[in-house]
Amino acid sequence: MTSVLLMLAILASPPYHPDLDERVMELAKQLRCLVCQNETLADSHAELAADLRQQIREQMKDGRTDMEITAFLTNRYGDFVLYRPPVNPRTYALWFGPFVLLAGGSIALLRFLKRWPGLMKCRPLSKDERRRATALLQFGRSPNTEVYREQFAEMESDYRTGFVDLEQFERDREELERRLLEDCRPTFRCRRGR
Amino acid sequence: MKFAFPLVLFVVLVGFLGMGLWLDPHLVPSPLIDRPAPEFTLARLDEPGRTFSPKEMQGKVWLLNTWASWCVSCRQEHPLLVALSQAGVVPIFGLNYKDNRGNALDWLNEMGNPYVVNVQDTDGRVGIDYGVYGVPETYLIDKAGVIRYKQIGPVTLEALEKTILPLIRSLSR
Amino acid sequence: MPSPADIGQFALIAALLLACLQATVPIIGAARGKSSWMAVAVSAGQWQFVAVAIAFFCLAYSFVTNDFSVLNVASNSNSQLPLNYRIAATWGSHEGSLLLWTFMLAFWTAAVSRFTRHLPNTTVARVLGVMGIVSTGFLLFMLTTSNPFTRLVPAPLDGRDLNPLLQDPGMVVHPPMLYMGYVGFSVAFAFAVAALIGGRLDVAWARWSRPWTLIAWTFLTCGIAMGSYWSYYVQGWGGWWFWDPVENASFMPWLVGTALIHSLAVTEKRGAFKSWTVLLAIAAFSLSLLGTFLVRSGVLTSVHAFATDPKRGVFILCFLSIVIGGSLLLYAWRAAQVGLGSPFELISRESFLLSNNVLLAVAAASVLLGTMYPLVIDALNLGKLSAGPPYFNTIFAAVMTPAVFLIGVGPIARWKRASLPELAHRLGWAFAVSVIGALAIPFTTELKPLVRLGLLLAIWIAATGALGLCGKLKGARLKSLPRGYYGMQVAHLGVAVVIVGITVVTGYESEKNLRMNPGESVQVGGYDFRFIGVTNVFGPNYEAVRAEMAVFRNGSLILRMHPEKRTDIVSGNSLTSAAIDSGVFRDLYVALGEPADQSGAWSVRIQYKPFVDWIWAGAILMALGGALALTDRRYVTATKKQRAAREAA
Repeated sequence: MTSVLLMLAILASPPYHPDLDERVMELAKQLRCLVCQNETLADSHAELAADLRQQIREQMKDGRTDMEITAFLTNRYGDFVLYRPPVNPRTYALWFGPFVLLAGGSIALLRFLKRWPGLMKCRPLSKDERRRATALLQFGRSPNTEVYREQFAEMESDYRTGFVDLEQFERDREELERRLLEDCRPTFRCRRGR
Repeated sequence: MKFAFPLVLFVVLVGFLGMGLWLDPHLVPSPLIDRPAPEFTLARLDEPGRTFSPKEMQGKVWLLNTWASWCVSCRQEHPLLVALSQAGVVPIFGLNYKDNRGNALDWLNEMGNPYVVNVQDTDGRVGIDYGVYGVPETYLIDKAGVIRYKQIGPVTLEALEKTILPLIRSLSR
Repeated sequence: MPSPADIGQFALIAALLLACLQATVPIIGAARGKSSWMAVAVSAGQWQFVAVAIAFFCLAYSFVTNDFSVLNVASNSNSQLPLNYRIAATWGSHEGSLLLWTFMLAFWTAAVSRFTRHLPNTTVARVLGVMGIVSTGFLLFMLTTSNPFTRLVPAPLDGRDLNPLLQDPGMVVHPPMLYMGYVGFSVAFAFAVAALIGGRLDVAWARWSRPWTLIAWTFLTCGIAMGSYWSYYVQGWGGWWFWDPVENASFMPWLVGTALIHSLAVTEKRGAFKSWTVLLAIAAFSLSLLGTFLVRSGVLTSVHAFATDPKRGVFILCFLSIVIGGSLLLYAWRAAQVGLGSPFELISRESFLLSNNVLLAVAAASVLLGTMYPLVIDALNLGKLSAGPPYFNTIFAAVMTPAVFLIGVGPIARWKRASLPELAHRLGWAFAVSVIGALAIPFTTELKPLVRLGLLLAIWIAATGALGLCGKLKGARLKSLPRGYYGMQVAHLGVAVVIVGITVVTGYESEKNLRMNPGESVQVGGYDFRFIGVTNVFGPNYEAVRAEMAVFRNGSLILRMHPEKRTDIVSGNSLTSAAIDSGVFRDLYVALGEPADQSGAWSVRIQYKPFVDWIWAGAILMALGGALALTDRRYVTATKKQRAAREAA
């Protein structure tokens, strides 16, 4: 939502045109040079660019608007000359694509986040499993157990400094043990249901 | 099967990239195709007192070729144009683009003159009206004065045989 | 006695054979459990590095000694070229830069083989095997279509010279740094693919991928910043980002790499987002490869593009399809098995990080869309379009603003479950400070809303960063916080600085493009510029017209600036050398154009650019943050512990 508003704000910002030369350059910066196609009409040293800048200058003096001058150029050279692509059926995907993606991504994200906790309602670990997890945590030699040992140490220090209470600590511990078992025992799986 | 989604996207992307290998990103196609050829009245190269304008060619199929004495690629296509004019297939008119009259005449003397009439576009304004962005460029204009084809860059034998000549034949009927 | 070029040629062939070995034997060995086959990975990888290094140094040596019998040297160098640029010319061409790419890849291969001794050999075998596949592709590409050691018989007396635009310190540093980053993502890619092959994405995988991703990201940040700065002072028009297809090609991996760093943090800590993280790791390197294709195939118009040849384009496209297509196929097949990880709430640090990922991914996708759109429209025969800075600036700013806002929220939120009221309470005053600061800081009397928004975002990042730091320090000392945390703070602060630079310079820069006679003055940005005149000067391989511009502020002379217009003696190309006076709060930029007529008047372009150096200063801060995070104890001690554990077992 913010993005759309922001984009509208950017597009609607009035351009600042105090004098003719600046106005010419402002418009020329939005146009593509056809000879040196990687430069704007404002920066290019090509002769055609100089000629077109001159044309723009004269038309502006005659009182033409930016839109009219742009139309003059696209009638002769096509939309290729515009660095800001026009908004028409050919470019809907270009202009609206990012926002469609954003909206789609946000919706998918929200749906995922809402379903997520429900997905993970696993049955609590059995005593056997907890014992096995503790053993692994203490004596395990694999790279995984190394990492989990560190994470457990961090958890313990959080508990000691009072950052989390006992109940939270116990919940976190069980979750850590579950992940440990998943990583170290390939056959271990979260069991759904009560 | 949502995990296959990135693969599908990638295949589509590769498809377009593959197509892109056979396209030229520098080519700027003309928006003037199937539109009336812009009007102009310019001084002739050989007789500066007289002028020429596309109106005079109404009812005929003709070629308008932009060229200049300083243009290197023009030398490439010129023999083809000379041969074409000698074959009498289609009248060729020249738009001498941003050139010096003396140099242009010398060049024609040296390379041969396939043009029925040549006009001088010294400041390049008519060129801009025609969407010229490089030299040489050639326009095929039909009996109603509508541009039917634009050759960007030198006219090649291939372009002549495959596109230009067949089009001239169909337009002349 | 074979010449260095011949040695280099043989070295490349040897490297190809070694890479083939590296690509096949270990992976099969890992599948069959044959440890002798898996061990081939390390030796093949290290010897491949030696071979590629020899080839690289042979090419460089040929440049330094002006061996013009080598086609590449003859096309890109010249006896009058200064030594440092002769060295840089090694990577100044398509073939040479490919060799640099391959050299970087071999370097990363050697690094991985050296620093992963504590990992299980199946992992190491697969990781190095995947990197070997990529190396094989590049070496094959070089040897079949782009050989840097092709000879020229008879050898010319002198070379064609390096493009004057490239004769610059930037050329010495920017490509190597950029490639280190670009290619560095291959390690994270290899780890991801190796994990998919093995069918397991466990916490150790996330832990190991992080430092490699961080280093690559840090180098890429430096490389991009350097490229931007270089084009700023060399192009002559004061621009620093053009959304050129090749710039985009380096920016997309950076965006995805940033998302990857954040995603890996969550995967390591909570075991969540595994399939997403893997996809990001594949995507980051895929975008690097895509970039390589775009620059060398002629598919898009770009100022960076090398001379093109459709045959090369086809080869790279096939290679791309195999590597990326293969890994995405593997992903489609295996990703469902990786497990989901631990739950977290709708409002939690995890969800904010995931949102950040979505935004960065959409930003990268938008840049890809804009870059590819002209091609797609053309291929569908719908005409010719351009999408340039006006398009990209609008879209990018719109998508990234929420992401920047989240920088303030994520680090403050708790893991698993964060309470919205608590967050609002803590962040409320930071927001107030940001709004007040944005409105109160004076620049000029002219109020520009977008600049104020940018300032608001920057102050927001700084304020929330300080807030988070104070919260963490309550009861703890400065040293006890992990370096990774400080790295994050510094990197985020870097983002704030970049935003300030971009918004202020875009909002308040001014320029005058005009014809000046000697003695004339013009006012730009509050400074008076008086054009004194021109003189002719000579450089090592160029002659130049040098203008003198006296700059006054409030009536007193503060400095003299000397823009030049250089003509390269060998090629005849001309180059503008702009004069830049850099300051913390502004740059003054003067470029010489063409002589206006015979009277001594010249066209000049004078620009006042406030805060522009903050852009690159911010980027350096980001890179420093990344480097700092790398020194975190976790990565150093883990290696030691695991080595000890392995030796004990």
